[in-house]
Amino acid sequence: MTDREQSTGIAVDSAEVKHARKRYRAERRFRMYGVAAIAAAAGMLALLVISIVATGWTAFYQHSIALDVTFEAKVIDPKGGRDPSVLARADYRKLARASLRKLFPDVKKRGDKRKLYGLLSIGVDQQLAELVAADPSLIGQTRRVEIYASDDVDSFLKGFIDREAPESDRRIKDKEIAWLDKLETDGAITSHLNLRFWTKGDSREPELAGFWGAMVGSFFTLLVTLALSFPVGVLAATYLEEFAPKNRWTDIIEVNINNLAAVPSIVFGLLGLAVFLNFFGLPRSAPLVGGMVLALMTLPTIIIASRSALKAVPPSIREAAFGVGASELQVVTHHVVPLALPGILTGAIIGMARALGETAPLLMIGMVAFIVDIPGSVTDPATVMPVQIYLWADSPERAFVARTSAGVMALLGFLMLMNALAVILRKRFERRW
Amino acid sequence: MLDSETNSATIADPKVVCRDVSVSYSGKQALFDIDLDIGSHQVTSLIGPSGCGKSTFLRCMNRMNDVIDGCVVTGSISVDGVEILDDEIDAVQLRRRVGMVFQKPNPFPKSIYDNIAYGPRIHGLVRGKDELDEVVQTSLERAGLWEEVKDRLLQPGTGLSGGQQQRLCIARAIAVRPDVILMDEPCSALDPIATARVEELIDELKRSYSIVIVTHSMQQAARVSQRTAFFHLGIVVEVGETEQIFTNPRDERTQGYITGRYG
Amino acid sequence: MQIWLILGVILLLAAYGYQRGKGGALAAVSGDASQLHSLPSYHGAYVALWAAIPALIACVIWLSAEHQIIEALVVSGLSAESQALEPQRLALLMSDIRNLSSGDIVRADPSLEVQAAAARYTELASISLYAKFAVIAALSAICLFFAKKRIAGQFRARNRVERIVRYIMIAASVIAILTTIGLVLSLLFEAWRFFLRVPFHDFLFGTHWSPQTAIRADQVGASGSFGAIPIFAGTLLITLIAMLIAVPLGLFSAIYMSEYASPRARGAIKPLLEVLAGVPTVVYGLFAALTVGPYVRGFGESFGIDASSESALAAGLVMGVMIIPFVSSLSDDVINAVPQTLRDGSYALGATQSETIRQVVLPAALPGIVGAVLLAVSRAIGETMIVVMAAGLAANLTANPFEAVTTVTVQIVTLLVGDQEFDSSKTLAAFALGLVLFFVTLALNIIALKVVRKYREKYD
Repeated sequence: MTDREQSTGIAVDSAEVKHARKRYRAERRFRMYGVAAIAAAAGMLALLVISIVATGWTAFYQHSIALDVTFEAKVIDPKGGRDPSVLARADYRKLARASLRKLFPDVKKRGDKRKLYGLLSIGVDQQLAELVAADPSLIGQTRRVEIYASDDVDSFLKGFIDREAPESDRRIKDKEIAWLDKLETDGAITSHLNLRFWTKGDSREPELAGFWGAMVGSFFTLLVTLALSFPVGVLAATYLEEFAPKNRWTDIIEVNINNLAAVPSIVFGLLGLAVFLNFFGLPRSAPLVGGMVLALMTLPTIIIASRSALKAVPPSIREAAFGVGASELQVVTHHVVPLALPGILTGAIIGMARALGETAPLLMIGMVAFIVDIPGSVTDPATVMPVQIYLWADSPERAFVARTSAGVMALLGFLMLMNALAVILRKRFERRW
Repeated sequence: MLDSETNSATIADPKVVCRDVSVSYSGKQALFDIDLDIGSHQVTSLIGPSGCGKSTFLRCMNRMNDVIDGCVVTGSISVDGVEILDDEIDAVQLRRRVGMVFQKPNPFPKSIYDNIAYGPRIHGLVRGKDELDEVVQTSLERAGLWEEVKDRLLQPGTGLSGGQQQRLCIARAIAVRPDVILMDEPCSALDPIATARVEELIDELKRSYSIVIVTHSMQQAARVSQRTAFFHLGIVVEVGETEQIFTNPRDERTQGYITGRYG
Repeated sequence: MQIWLILGVILLLAAYGYQRGKGGALAAVSGDASQLHSLPSYHGAYVALWAAIPALIACVIWLSAEHQIIEALVVSGLSAESQALEPQRLALLMSDIRNLSSGDIVRADPSLEVQAAAARYTELASISLYAKFAVIAALSAICLFFAKKRIAGQFRARNRVERIVRYIMIAASVIAILTTIGLVLSLLFEAWRFFLRVPFHDFLFGTHWSPQTAIRADQVGASGSFGAIPIFAGTLLITLIAMLIAVPLGLFSAIYMSEYASPRARGAIKPLLEVLAGVPTVVYGLFAALTVGPYVRGFGESFGIDASSESALAAGLVMGVMIIPFVSSLSDDVINAVPQTLRDGSYALGATQSETIRQVVLPAALPGIVGAVLLAVSRAIGETMIVVMAAGLAANLTANPFEAVTTVTVQIVTLLVGDQEFDSSKTLAAFALGLVLFFVTLALNIIALKVVRKYREKYD
């Protein structure tokens, strides 16, 4: 004790050096925990992205089988009236099957025939009908048409089904493999970009299912959300920040908004179900109701972001405007709000991005329905991107797995776009006082 | 800048020797070639107008500037003949020898006891509870706080009055048995009575420690210190016996400052 | 469609009102605008606002009441025997009538009574449409007329307009309160109806959950049982697992970010965590179901543990990852709020950085961190999609993380998704669960915000 008290200079006695070494080991260890934690978070994110991309990228292309289809008039339009409704309802599947039979004349057994027809997508009739509707002069001619392969065939061609596996474990049997090999050597199997995915609505058949319907649904829903939550949010924020007296009422509103921001989203879904659907009788599955629910959900976010943007405008601006005789409202509308607008918009975009990714409350108000048609207005039944992902994730077919992940990629793409917009807005227009 | 005629930067028995110390913050130079010795068992006060670099200089002596990003210190500072700006020297070990008391009392949000015990614990200076109790008691006694707090050692240090908090911080600094104590305007946040108590304490502590104090108050410098250095715009204008500086300054800038023309 | 038409008409009248107001003001001072108290545009705005706002309010009230009134009128026109039906049956009948009226597919051949009612429904709806149109347009025009009459040279149009705008702003602020009231009332009301059927005590403390109720009374298992303890336990288990992941990882990330990382490293880590926070929950759910679930199962099996592919562990793990950024950004804030003087005090005693963090910074930041963790817990409890996709439906009362458990949110979704009549105990149970969820998360939030605020005050 005493000798240390007397000691001069920096760290010379060995006990202290030893102790210091121990302390530095602890220091390094502690630092490592931090690095490890961040690495773990980054690793999880990487794993998530890799697993999504790895399963999803194959959904962006698709296989078709090219067949010489004879558009026989007696099948399509026996009366010859070329009536569009008759043309639309004809049995096109028969034509495709006839072409297949011609290619494989030795397939005779019923079961085998059914398997042979199963190579083609069930959507073949729709595909041919569309061709005929676009060009009725096809009737009576023979054309080479690329018909979508069924989901199992598509999976097989993409290499998800191991041809070495025992036959009983395979969704594609030996016979089908033989047919496909023959088609392949004939050059009848083609692969191409999956345009359907970006242009069509949902379907029970994976090879026909598209994401466009959900995208349009999301668009309408967000439109309603934005139209409701942005003006209301900005007005409320402006009032609370610039006009409201400091009293119990405004305190209550403030606390209330903070708490509302943390209410689980599914509870908003319950509100939508009980009030909008059951009490006001608004239509189920409609973007209108979805947008209203999401608007209530995003309102606190927008109010909080707008208030902090308004708060950042320095009082000197207000004083200057008051100094030239502007009224309270003029000060706010001419000076404060325009200056705070970049911050407000950034908050609104972030709120919209969250609304775009939200699923749970929409399940409550019936936006989980299976909807094939592309919605045309805010009251048409629709689904949205995240719900479509949820629906596909629940489907048992192997080929939906890839489409689910492809949907996720599309959704993440939109989110990235919105966030990039917010960042740009912040970088370019944000002022620091 | 310095010539031996007007300055006595060097002294016979220095505890800390600073030569050519320059400091810059992200390219902006704050101190220019400071030469200054700190004597053993005496109080050295650093005075000068705000922004003159006296706190910056103080923080060099226990390398607190390491904590600030972009701060570069050059030159030489040696404590008992050991060069402390050397990379080999461990700042952590250095600070145990060169303690510091800050402008605003900053007790940790822990009990009074734990505030004092923190330093000895992390440095492994004590073995066992009894020894620690003893260190806590002697430190508080030396800081003149023991009588006031001995019945409430387990209450939070933040519950004390400002003056008590500052004495707690001094006790905390003493507890690791440093050689040098740096004080950065230790009384600026205190009322006159608390200031008087802290000044008394400083006067007493100089028997065991070498003390460097930065102060804004010239009266305080005159009251507590034996040597005074006057800083201005990043240089040491004049350094000498306190009495000489205040009664017979050699430089007119010093004269101007102590007579209140600027600062 | 009709709504757009009405809005269009109101908008047109407002635009016309603006022109008239502006023109009227100028005419009142024979073109010399400097004679006016307010700018001509304020006079215009005054008239326009009067033309639009009462009409819009009327429109909203009409639209929200319309549905109820028409239904009530149709029901009163039904035969006495139909009116005496129990509420569920009546609701089914009404939905038949509605469907028939809107031309949708009806399940069987509708009876004559239903057909008549549907015709009445259609008729009432069209009456309502025309009446609505007429009333709203008339209201707008009348208000416009009277507002226009007030325009005069010395009329304080600007002050009037500003007052109206202020009322609009107050109304916007009140919407937040109305939302809360709507939430509480709808949950309370439906939950109350549930507790009329299932005693409160049985719900909160019962240990058996099987909400399947029979449609006919003579079916097997006719009454479901609604003991919610297994659900609460499952929620807690998954939340606990999530917290075990999120708290250490989030806290250490925050410590590293705020205390160790260089500004450049911080600039890289922060966006990374923000990306983690921005991933939609449905994507996490997919990740849990597709990647983590099977992996956990395989992992369990390699140790000879019989793991469900919908294990609590998989859902909790992914939920934990989702919550990491939440914990880290809140902790980062509170750690940064610890005053630098405290760190300086510790360094000046010769403490190393980790000693300073562990013994000074973290204890000082503890209340804030506790608040952050409470908020994270509330987040985890309310999280839906991950558990819906990755956790099970079976209400097992277990603490084994490899088994499947169910949560409050999963049950709400499964009870309400799909076509059910609204009055069954099953659907009402979802609202009771929602009520519990709402109050638990609300309580956690209020406590957390209070703790954090106390903490902030300490260092401000």
